[in-house]
Amino acid sequence: MRSNLKWVLILLGISLAAQGLTTVLPPYIAQLFILAAINAVLAVSLNLVNGLSGQFSLGQAGFMAVGAYTAASVNVFLLSSLRGTPAGDQAALVISLIVAALASGFVGYLVGLPTLRLRGDYLAIVTLGFGEIIRVVILNIQAVGGARGFTNIPNSTSAFLVVFILALCVLLTHRFVMASQGRALLAIRENEIAAEAMGVNTTSYKVVAFVVSSAVAGVAGGLFAHYLSYINPSSFDFMKSVEIVIMVVLGGMGSVSGAILAAFILTFLPEALRPLQDLTHVDLRMVIYSLLLILMMLMRPQGIFGRRELWQIFPVSKTAKSIK
Amino acid sequence: MESFLQLLLNGTALGSIYALIALGYTMVYGILRLINFAHGDIVMVGAYAGLFTALTIGAPEHPTLGNFCIVLVAAMAASAILGLAIERFAYRPLRNVPRLNLLITAVGVSLLLENLGQVCFGATPRVFPEIMPSVTLLQFGQIAVTNQQVTVFITSLFLMIVLEWIVLKTKLGRAMRAVSFSHEIASLVGIPTEKIVAFTFAVGSALAAAAGILICISYPRVDPLMGVMMGLKAFVAAVLGGIGSIRGAVVGGLLMGIAEAMVVGYGSSTYRDALAFAILILILLFKPAGLFGKYQPEKV
Repeated sequence: MRSNLKWVLILLGISLAAQGLTTVLPPYIAQLFILAAINAVLAVSLNLVNGLSGQFSLGQAGFMAVGAYTAASVNVFLLSSLRGTPAGDQAALVISLIVAALASGFVGYLVGLPTLRLRGDYLAIVTLGFGEIIRVVILNIQAVGGARGFTNIPNSTSAFLVVFILALCVLLTHRFVMASQGRALLAIRENEIAAEAMGVNTTSYKVVAFVVSSAVAGVAGGLFAHYLSYINPSSFDFMKSVEIVIMVVLGGMGSVSGAILAAFILTFLPEALRPLQDLTHVDLRMVIYSLLLILMMLMRPQGIFGRRELWQIFPVSKTAKSIK
Repeated sequence: MESFLQLLLNGTALGSIYALIALGYTMVYGILRLINFAHGDIVMVGAYAGLFTALTIGAPEHPTLGNFCIVLVAAMAASAILGLAIERFAYRPLRNVPRLNLLITAVGVSLLLENLGQVCFGATPRVFPEIMPSVTLLQFGQIAVTNQQVTVFITSLFLMIVLEWIVLKTKLGRAMRAVSFSHEIASLVGIPTEKIVAFTFAVGSALAAAAGILICISYPRVDPLMGVMMGLKAFVAAVLGGIGSIRGAVVGGLLMGIAEAMVVGYGSSTYRDALAFAILILILLFKPAGLFGKYQPEKV
């Protein structure tokens, strides 16, 4: 109980620090910071599937879209009476995020159950297809704006909330890996047949990881919608999914801190590359991403951090070093 | 009834194109256990190679069968070389690493081809010139059989028969089957496994290029992202037939094409792309090994 209180205080402290930081930073940088933190939530969620359980999902943007549209619809259509005061706005946002998590988690269950029974390769194709289908479906729903996009979403996401959720995800993932559930997932990643022989119900663990990952991606989508106050189906296309995959691969599959670092690098990098784009007049970003992905696999398949965490490379205490 | 027959005809033509692409997926999967994500984009490169060849030899001014053959062969050669290069530089260095890394590399190669295509050829679609005149050969009431459909059908049938002959009757084909059975044992009996893998990639890519040209005859438009959807549907066709099985790929491709034509004809064209994934999820639920595949339990 004592240690839980400690963690709650640490989370609140980090989030307050982030909120303070965004008020000090220039507005443009602060905006990038919040978008990077949302991307980091997505990367951490995908890391659960692609990094920890050794599966390969290519449709994280699809779950993000489900979450974004659910959260926006709930907030705009159902909770308008709650909004008005700052506290009411935040309460409405939190409720919509919870509904978004449930909705995208449920969709994740529907997609994951048939595919995760089989070998990993199929998941890549099914999630890729799912991501495209969900986009086409949203394009055809006129109630949420169709191709014109969903406008007038309350702009209530704050740096505090984003960083709080990010830190919560990191903490939960860390705890999850330490618990027997996480150990089972790592066993599946290392050798699925051996894990099964040891009595691990591989399908059920993989499905649990996939559902949690989808739910967290849905929350990230909800945050994204309430930050930009406008969403459009093309914000959640295949390229977005690929971007999230690259974050996980670059950071090191299985490393949470690596994924966060890579999310920040990849959000700020295109801005840094803008002079290059002005020079060549073509968008070389995706060419660079894809080359990065291939070269990474050829030269350093374990990513920047490998499977280690920041606190294992730079240990702050003796106990931290022994965690593996 | 007549519209049903017409749709069946259109679906068979489309399905034989899917079958050609699915053959490449199934052969590469059989020999490397790799889903070659870049395969759909090789279709796109083949179509562009055909476009440039057609413009160079002036095929649009003199649409003849001979010009069609030149375009087809040139596109197949270009794609075969591309397939060899991809195998050599992206996949061969990763022969003994976890399969997940190979899969991510394949996704990377696919993205690279798509985006290089957009940078080099421009993102806007281009019109594929008419390299053979469109003639209606037969007319039964409402049903029209065009020479383009016949060309698509005959070309793909010919290529499939050649492939079947290579795989089943030649020494090379026997080596391919041996390598797909076991790399180690094949190399023990003196089969140059790396060369066989490279040959498989070359054949698969050439078939993909042929499919690219045949698509362009029926739907005359090329763009850098045209391979994505074609590749995905052909992959579903390969899984439907049982991935790793050559007959399965052909049957799966035909079924896929007919199903798609029916959905477009009787349902709505909005859902034509969703159909593929609905089929995929149904197969994975009820018959993961596909129609012709054998269920193989994984062993240590």
